Amino acid sequence: MNTRQQSKLIYSWYGKPLNSDRKLRNSQYKGILITSESTKTEACIQLGDFILVEGVNADQPYVAQLMDLYEDGAQHKHAVVQWFCRLEEIPQHKRKLLKREISAQEVFFDQVLGYDTDIAAETIIKSVVVLPLHLGEELPIITLNKEQTFYVRQSWDGKCFKVLSPDTFSKLKEANKKRGVITNSSKVFIPSDILTPVKRETGSVVRSATKSKNPDIEIESKHSTSKSSLAKERHSQRVANNDIKTPTARKKLELNSPTRSKGRLLGCEVLDLLDDDCDSIAPLEPSATKRKVKFTSEILGSPPKIPCSNDKSKSTLETAEERQRFSETMQFSPYTKVKDFSEKDKNLCEKDDILSLVGYQKPSSQIPVLTPRSRRTCAQKTSALIAEQISMLDQEDFQSGSGSSYCSSSEEEEDDDMPCTPEKKPKSSRIFSTPKSSRKSAVHTPAKTLKKTPLQGTPRTPRTPRNATPEIPRRIQAAQEPASVLEEARLRLHVSAVPESLPCREEEFQDIYNFVESKLIDGTGGCMYISGVPGTGKTATVHEVIRCLQQAVENEELPPFQFVEINGMKLTDPHQAYVQILEFLTGQKVTANHAAVLLAKLFSTPGPKRKTTVLIVDELDLLWTRKQNVMYNLFDWPTQKHSKLIILAIANTMDLPERIMMSRVASRLGLTRMSFQPYTYKQLQQIVSSRLKGVKAFEEDAVQLVSRKVAALSGDARRCLDICRRATEICELAQQKRTSEIVRMAHVTEAIDEMFSSPYVNAIRNASLHEQIFLKAILAEFRRGGVEEATVQQIYHHYVALCRVEGLQSPTVSEIMAICSRLGACRLLLVEASNKYLHMRVRLNLSQDDVMYALREE
Amino acid sequence: MRPTARPSSARAPASLREPRLQPMKHSATNKRKLKESSAESAENISQVQKILRERFCHHCAAGKLFGMEQQYRHLLEVLKRTTVHGESNSALIIGPRGSGKTALLNHVLKDLREMKQVRENLLEVHLNGLLQTNDKVALKEITRQLQLENVVGDKVFGSFAENLAFLLEALRKGDRTSSCPILFVLDEFDLFVHHKNQTLLYNLFDISQSAQTPVTVIGLTCRQDILELLEKRVKSRFSHRQIYLMNSFDFKQYIKIFKKQLSLPDEFPDESFAQKWNNNVQHLSEDKTVQNVLQNLFHHTKDLRSLHLLLMLAGSAVTVHHPLLTAADLQEASRQHSTDSKANIVHGLSVLEICLIIAMKHLNEVYDGEPFNFQMVYNEFQKFIQRKAHSMYNFEKPVVMKAFEHLLQLELVKPLERPSVRAQREYLLMKLLLDSSQIMEALQVYPNCPTDVKQWAASSLSWL
Repeated sequence: MNTRQQSKLIYSWYGKPLNSDRKLRNSQYKGILITSESTKTEACIQLGDFILVEGVNADQPYVAQLMDLYEDGAQHKHAVVQWFCRLEEIPQHKRKLLKREISAQEVFFDQVLGYDTDIAAETIIKSVVVLPLHLGEELPIITLNKEQTFYVRQSWDGKCFKVLSPDTFSKLKEANKKRGVITNSSKVFIPSDILTPVKRETGSVVRSATKSKNPDIEIESKHSTSKSSLAKERHSQRVANNDIKTPTARKKLELNSPTRSKGRLLGCEVLDLLDDDCDSIAPLEPSATKRKVKFTSEILGSPPKIPCSNDKSKSTLETAEERQRFSETMQFSPYTKVKDFSEKDKNLCEKDDILSLVGYQKPSSQIPVLTPRSRRTCAQKTSALIAEQISMLDQEDFQSGSGSSYCSSSEEEEDDDMPCTPEKKPKSSRIFSTPKSSRKSAVHTPAKTLKKTPLQGTPRTPRTPRNATPEIPRRIQAAQEPASVLEEARLRLHVSAVPESLPCREEEFQDIYNFVESKLIDGTGGCMYISGVPGTGKTATVHEVIRCLQQAVENEELPPFQFVEINGMKLTDPHQAYVQILEFLTGQKVTANHAAVLLAKLFSTPGPKRKTTVLIVDELDLLWTRKQNVMYNLFDWPTQKHSKLIILAIANTMDLPERIMMSRVASRLGLTRMSFQPYTYKQLQQIVSSRLKGVKAFEEDAVQLVSRKVAALSGDARRCLDICRRATEICELAQQKRTSEIVRMAHVTEAIDEMFSSPYVNAIRNASLHEQIFLKAILAEFRRGGVEEATVQQIYHHYVALCRVEGLQSPTVSEIMAICSRLGACRLLLVEASNKYLHMRVRLNLSQDDVMYALREE
Repeated sequence: MRPTARPSSARAPASLREPRLQPMKHSATNKRKLKESSAESAENISQVQKILRERFCHHCAAGKLFGMEQQYRHLLEVLKRTTVHGESNSALIIGPRGSGKTALLNHVLKDLREMKQVRENLLEVHLNGLLQTNDKVALKEITRQLQLENVVGDKVFGSFAENLAFLLEALRKGDRTSSCPILFVLDEFDLFVHHKNQTLLYNLFDISQSAQTPVTVIGLTCRQDILELLEKRVKSRFSHRQIYLMNSFDFKQYIKIFKKQLSLPDEFPDESFAQKWNNNVQHLSEDKTVQNVLQNLFHHTKDLRSLHLLLMLAGSAVTVHHPLLTAADLQEASRQHSTDSKANIVHGLSVLEICLIIAMKHLNEVYDGEPFNFQMVYNEFQKFIQRKAHSMYNFEKPVVMKAFEHLLQLELVKPLERPSVRAQREYLLMKLLLDSSQIMEALQVYPNCPTDVKQWAASSLSWL
């Protein structure tokens, strides 16, 4: 396949600049030509046309109306659009507001503020049709170009759905009409399904000649019928960052695409089209000849490529063929059978069943008239051939590395979107028509597709539960609400209770808020590193900031943003970070490596309609890998021009960037840093008292004691709250008889002792007599040897001596070993593996002084 | 006139049927009487054995708790608040082995389940550090015990990452007032600490400190230094609620426990027998020798499991002949309980092997515990044979080698490093795993030990 060259789309202005603004050095145009270099095809899109725009998700290109086209001073081509949004773009919880079923082709007139309506002209894919409809109106029955036609009934302004205002409705109508008028006036409006069979025939003649060169290859036909295959190809092209590999032929798709017949209006072109379609040999225009020649030469020169050039037409072609077949079945098989099928279909995909039913019944009346029998056999052959070619292309796609997995995943989704009926039908009907397909490949096709059907059916069922949200069963008895003051206090003191405001972190809050806000307003990206020991309110403050920002967005003071949070501790592997971020952003589930590629693409290309993303990376240090590529990528994205990514990285150590990061990672992280100091006792006191506002449960001094104690130890607010909570419990236990007591010093002291007292001393005091003697023997041996380590044998000798002094029966070695292992299990001692028996070395796990202190008391 | 088998005798063990043959010598009337009483007592004895066995072998929740009322109340309070108020918590139960950590928890859970406000209102997840050796296995087990796997439609779980995300998502969905509280019991908690990044612990404690599904995490461990093992972030999220079980009772209580453990319950079918048995237990507890035995054990360990073991050994002596426990039984049991296992092995050695051990003992004394090899031992043995021995036969070297290898297999001697193929066996460095006092004691009771060997053992220089 080295004949392939890099396929490129050239965007050029159509016509002369309408009016140019000297000052701004802008010049406006009325249309844009999209030329595919390799195929020399052109598509013209004019102002007011509806277009598809490349989006984040390749399956779902954005729908928009072209409002303005201009070139700025830097020679960049820009387009101003009016967005339409698909159902998928509307948040899940808002979709319920709609209260009706939505077909996949329905879009909403987008009135959400904050989307950038100025896009780069290069992101335009092609033009489509958007039909305005009244709310109650049925979907018009459109059989051709189903994928290219959208309907709009309502508008969406980010909060609720509204019926289209008469003004916009008429405007949309007009836009459609204008296009209709133009096409009519130029008299080239030929419905593509009438057009294609003829066209196909010409192609197939040539192809059948080349056919022998392509022995039977696995066929994957469903791929071709994808509604947005074009967008996807563009996408996958970008994803596989070497464009060289992507087949040139793919761009030829536009040859037969409706855009061309509608948009391009020059006389010669029209004639050319007519030429092609009518299969006339004598061209009228030189340019047409040229193209014609080129086309055929290509066919002859590189046979494997040809069918690809008809990729798009193929879809229509195949459906036409299917219909045709179906009509056959209609004739042969009893009516009941057909009904049976459609019934099945209904179960499979409810939302499309109206459309698909329509699709079946219509052609039965149309196609047989249009296509004579001779053509049909031809069509079969070609379709089989095309399928082969497609499968070949697919295989190559799989080989082309990073892009491959995407293809497969998108393909899967495709299955969901597509009404499966048109595919299924012909398969069953093909049984009747097999005698006709004498060629090897033709026989091959049904066999393959038949095998496919059960496969398609089965994965569909488990997919739905996969998205089902797991839930912990609900409790049977209602949770009791706090009854007493102490219970109320305990509820408020729980770490999980979120206070209305975070006291003592106002400054930090303001700093972070200002940082994010400024970046949001500027629409740029940036990183901030936040450090502090555990329990100093880092995560809480950041969440508070996000909450406030979201509030501001709701009040329309700030542009909207997306909020993503990942936590190093909640990932099983640093690379899973990519997966989680991508899932948050687009809802796709892919492998880690692929997610990294997709994210890199997402953040490095200017995406229209993309909001700023605020990403919180908690426990950053756990994202450390040996090559540090996860950290590198995370901090590299915000520096990209179009990323619109704000990262708030949180970790414990202040010098993390210097300590564990390579210099290139640390440099990208930048110097915007903030460290949360441990709370002072006053702050801790304030935190506790702010939570206890209005509840008189604690003595002032008691709170102060706790705060001072905790501040001296760690400054961890969690500890402070836990101690207070425990103190209320102790108080409650003590008050049994008397009524309503508040927490006093004694309770707090007890709670503190409980939490901070060293367990060792207590453990030694409660050990048995021989265990204590053993510890004494250890001390004696340590003193004798001067080393803090001894073998059991050495200790044993001291032990026996000590027992004699105490007048106790000296124990056997087995008993000594038991004592030793018991103390070892408690970790009062550190012992070696016990298979060394007497030569096992023993060390103390606490200082000798502690042991002496614990033993002397008695 | 042998009586036909009666249903009761059919149930009695074979050994118990023998005593019935003895009274045959006596007169017929006397015989019948005795036979009936013996059948009756056989029934009683098997009952007693059953009760004691259940008490001492299954550490079931039915057993009583001793000296941990305060801890019991604390834990019950915590769990009650979790179930009733939906308050999240975390706690560690720390105590040496055999101090009743699991018993305490089982007791609390049993009582909790019987409460009306709690019934059916608590999901329990039991994990054990010895079974769930990594977080992946633990997560699967949690999902299984929470019965969440059927949500995914019988789909076998995917990757570890998916599993974690799934579980966290499930727990995040809940809130204090509506979700069923979950109790996580982590047995052998210290082993969970060694999981990578302590991911599971971090997440469990994090949930317990945030407004999600109410969760209580109870860890059971015997390590006193457990808090030092927690990673700082994990430690901060742990509530620092520690319940210590220390076996902090004195000897008087120990005697009481002994009585409680041995006495028969009131609902015992044969009241007169139960009365007799309990009276005997009361007598035993006042007996001087029994107290000595118990005191000895108490001084060694306060752990109730070893008391159970002692009583089990003593209790197995109870038969129809010997229906009541005696102080001698306990003494015998105590002797068995505290014998030295290595010294026991020495009793079964041949004279040649004993000689080798003595030679090693001398080497240890001469070289102050430095390792030795076979050749040195053999030389020492040769010296003894040549100069001192009268009764000993001079064995050939391969025979001595064989004896030495037998000692190696019994692990009375241990090579310093793993025997490599190249090293000659004679020159492998070894260490003796017996103390000289153990050897001397073993020799005292060794049957038919030649006098010259005994003398040689007593003095390393005697052959000079």
